[in-house]
Amino acid sequence: MMDVLVQQLFFAGAEVWLAVMAMVLLVVGAFVGNRATAAISYASVLVLAAAVAFIIGLNGHPRVSLFGGAISTDALANFGRIMVFVTAALAIVLGDRWMKRVGLQKFEYPVLMLLAALGMSVMVSANSLISLYLGIEMQSLALYVLAAFSRDNPKSSEAGLKYFVLGALSSGLLLYGISLIYGFTGQVGFAEIANALPTSSKVGVVFGLVFMLAGLAFKVSAAPFHMWTPDVYEGAPTPVVAFFSSAPKLAAMILTARVLTEGFALATPEWQQVLIVIAVLSMIFGSFGGLVQGNIKRLLAYSSIANMGFALVGLAAGTAAGVQSVLIYMVIYMLTSLGLFAGLLVTARQGRPLESFEDFAGLAKVRPGLALVMTLLLFSAAGIPPLAGFWGKFFVFKAALDAGLVWLAVIGVVLSVIAAFYYLKLIKVMWFDEGDRPVDGIAWDAGLVALAMALFVGPISWFVLPVLEPWALRAAAILF
Amino acid sequence: MNGVMQSVANWWDGVWGPISGTPVGWTLFTTGQILLVTVGILLSLAFLLLADRKIWAGVQMRKGPNVVGPFGLLQSFADFLKFVTKEIVIPAGSDKVVFLLAPLLTFILAFIGWAVVPFAPGWVIADLNVGILYLFAISSLGVYGIIMGGWASNSKYPFLGGLRSAAQMVSYEVSIGFVIVTVILLAGSMNLSDIVNNQAGGLAHWHAFAPKTLVIMFPMMVIFFVSALAETNRPPFDLPEAESELVAGYQVEYSSTPYLLFMIGEYANIVLMCAMLTILFFGGWHPPLDVAPLTWLHPFVWFALKVVFWFFMFAMVKAIVPRYRYDQLMRLGWKVFLPTSLVAVALVAAIQVYGRVS
Amino acid sequence: MGLYDIAFYIISAITVLAAVGVVAARNPVHAVLFLILAFFNAAGLMVLMGAEFLAMLLVVVYVGAVAVLFLFVVMMLDVDFVRLRQGFAQYLPAGLVGAIVLLVEMLVVTQAAKDIRQPMVAELRHPENVRAIGYELYTDYAFYFQACGIILLIAMIGAIVLTLRHHPNVRRQNIARQVGRRREDSMEIVSVKTGSGVEE
Repeated sequence: MMDVLVQQLFFAGAEVWLAVMAMVLLVVGAFVGNRATAAISYASVLVLAAAVAFIIGLNGHPRVSLFGGAISTDALANFGRIMVFVTAALAIVLGDRWMKRVGLQKFEYPVLMLLAALGMSVMVSANSLISLYLGIEMQSLALYVLAAFSRDNPKSSEAGLKYFVLGALSSGLLLYGISLIYGFTGQVGFAEIANALPTSSKVGVVFGLVFMLAGLAFKVSAAPFHMWTPDVYEGAPTPVVAFFSSAPKLAAMILTARVLTEGFALATPEWQQVLIVIAVLSMIFGSFGGLVQGNIKRLLAYSSIANMGFALVGLAAGTAAGVQSVLIYMVIYMLTSLGLFAGLLVTARQGRPLESFEDFAGLAKVRPGLALVMTLLLFSAAGIPPLAGFWGKFFVFKAALDAGLVWLAVIGVVLSVIAAFYYLKLIKVMWFDEGDRPVDGIAWDAGLVALAMALFVGPISWFVLPVLEPWALRAAAILF
Repeated sequence: MNGVMQSVANWWDGVWGPISGTPVGWTLFTTGQILLVTVGILLSLAFLLLADRKIWAGVQMRKGPNVVGPFGLLQSFADFLKFVTKEIVIPAGSDKVVFLLAPLLTFILAFIGWAVVPFAPGWVIADLNVGILYLFAISSLGVYGIIMGGWASNSKYPFLGGLRSAAQMVSYEVSIGFVIVTVILLAGSMNLSDIVNNQAGGLAHWHAFAPKTLVIMFPMMVIFFVSALAETNRPPFDLPEAESELVAGYQVEYSSTPYLLFMIGEYANIVLMCAMLTILFFGGWHPPLDVAPLTWLHPFVWFALKVVFWFFMFAMVKAIVPRYRYDQLMRLGWKVFLPTSLVAVALVAAIQVYGRVS
Repeated sequence: MGLYDIAFYIISAITVLAAVGVVAARNPVHAVLFLILAFFNAAGLMVLMGAEFLAMLLVVVYVGAVAVLFLFVVMMLDVDFVRLRQGFAQYLPAGLVGAIVLLVEMLVVTQAAKDIRQPMVAELRHPENVRAIGYELYTDYAFYFQACGIILLIAMIGAIVLTLRHHPNVRRQNIARQVGRRREDSMEIVSVKTGSGVEE
């Protein structure tokens, strides 16, 4: 009895460790106060690093189901966990330095980040509808607070409130869907649902599935549930947005992939249709919506909507190669987007962050290095061939083609060309527009993160992709 | 004589026999029990109220009520008549329904809690197996009467009083809840009769004094007592009706019978809290020592004596301790009682699991 | 019709009426009071079903704590509902479309509900419902239980982060310092010569 418990706690070690350490750091913060913010931030980074090391240590271990099928530790979960933890660590570093600059040091920031990472960790390893919901709530609740973190800024409060209200609505949809599925199949575990599916009422399950997908689409900000994204991205603190746009989406994608393929493999044609609609709408809204934006953060919000559309194309393929392509795409998207937001944090004008197109006019003349880094990241996001972004799209569209979704791939390619327009517009503004107003000094932490990401999408990706590809395939393979 | 008794019994069997066991009989029987308890409590309240005033007066070296009846014994009845015969004044801008509902609610809630109180072995209207939760739930509802009264009066002082009381009661409920959990852990049951029976065998078995948990449970009893003071808006926590700040708080606009209902409800709640203290910590109906002369008394007498003892404590606190400031009240509830009782829950649970060496 | 049925019909009728009252009441405070009535009667229904533990928890948590805070907030907000309802109609078409879609979906689902095979009643591991819930929560559902705990912790941290402000100019009571104060720290006895006063 005791041994079983210890063994289960061991395999859920990453979650247990994060939860315990988040509480320890919280207590330290409560006693020492905001003076300890920097120390707690770096301690949280170490905590995440230890968790990553632990998971790498588990590498190659066969799938273990934990806590009566609530979560499992397997290749896919570990893939997601590592990506989430690395992103969270980067966002904590970015956020800590940023808070110091704007004078908003609060020790709760790293703690909430840790707890959000814990929530995502539960999401990527969820094996039942209850842990799916709890993971999403854990993650969202921490993010609602983080969005409103600079609470004296009305835009930030607005972002937090909008995110919260719409998030609560989407949780409602999700729960309604879950309750329908539970009602019609009598099960909450993914594997048990798959077993009960042949004898369950099709109509009921499909309705439940649609509601659940609507809730999940909200969490990845896919159209038509994307309304919150631009406002939240614009209002929330930039380091938080950097986190928003990366880890939660990967976690939600993995979760969607897992619930659809493990729980509803028999209903593949049904969810495929829904995913295709969502993917096409996201690509359209994201690509065209981004064209008219003047604020870079809003533009990146539309970019993320479009990118979710592309990723869902891979998922809609419904094959192992499809899930593999989604994983690769999401990792590349995550790192690109993290780099872009870090780039926004690098400099400012008299303390006012650069957020509009005019702010970037002529940046190449005053800060050529930053302009170069941003250009590289934007080219990758636009999907220009030798860069990582191209390969992400390549894998996704190839998976769609292989699954026979030719027209979907064609629409995707066309829309990605349209979306490329706004990335190129920003590049043009930086390099060719007039404007040489001076900017403040460089924030090196953000600069380094942006540079690292730029190098990653550039030359490093050629070495990483050959490793990432089989790894993602191994992770995806456990679903099929 | 015997013949008369016999014929009365026969007549009773003739009337009761056919309906006993039927829904009608059950309803009549339960209604009878409820009436008995209610009337009993109302009567004892009349004298406890007098005792409250007498004790208070005694501490201040006054005589207290001494005009109506011998030693003023009938004072409460005189007050009662006075209240009922006065005119009910309802403020023009008030929300009339809620205004009148509030005292009724306070009154009713104060009495339905008694449904699960075991006065003696088997002397209980409803022996719920979650009796203690029921009591806790009912006592947590008490706040509605006050908050509704404060709001419906449509006047500033009552409103402030209502808000104060809402915050205060919600705060202290938390520590009361945790203290109750420690008792549940000790007794292993939520049934009040079981909790009392768990303390059979004299002082050393009462939850407050059992040697193994004395260090934890005695302070828990104190916390419960102090929280009970706050929960019933008694001095030193009578901020909702602090006369020096809020005139009379939520009661400002009340007069006549509605006021009387508030007052009776408040005292019934106090006595209910005394009964809870008795049941949870003081061995309920069990005598302090399980030896001959003490066991001759009916268990109910022991129960009543203990309740009166706790009521005496309530009265003494009222007479002796000055009123808290609001921030002090909140600090005590959240920063002292809550952590202490939470730690106690963990400790008692640990003792229950690991402490069974014998 | 036994006592049980009578009780059921009375309680459920009150629940439904109270629920209608929540929506129909013009005064938000009345709406909250109706909500409380509905909660309370829902607890009554649970008692009738033999789930007295859940019923008591419902009363303690929802009626005793959550609804008090609702009431608190609603009383403090001075919402002018007449003004709030102006321009309400412009959202009517969109709302109606949403409502109709949901209604149709629900009707379809209720049709499909006929296919539900078995009445799903979980097997009780313990006859007494407090213990039964305890066994489930701390064995099979321990993970979910702890996860819920962490979610609540996050909510608590969030509430504090977003609202707690330390005003630098407010004097606070420091009880330890107050109690620890001694005569020597604050008093000094000096003998003063007549007419000369005390020097600082």
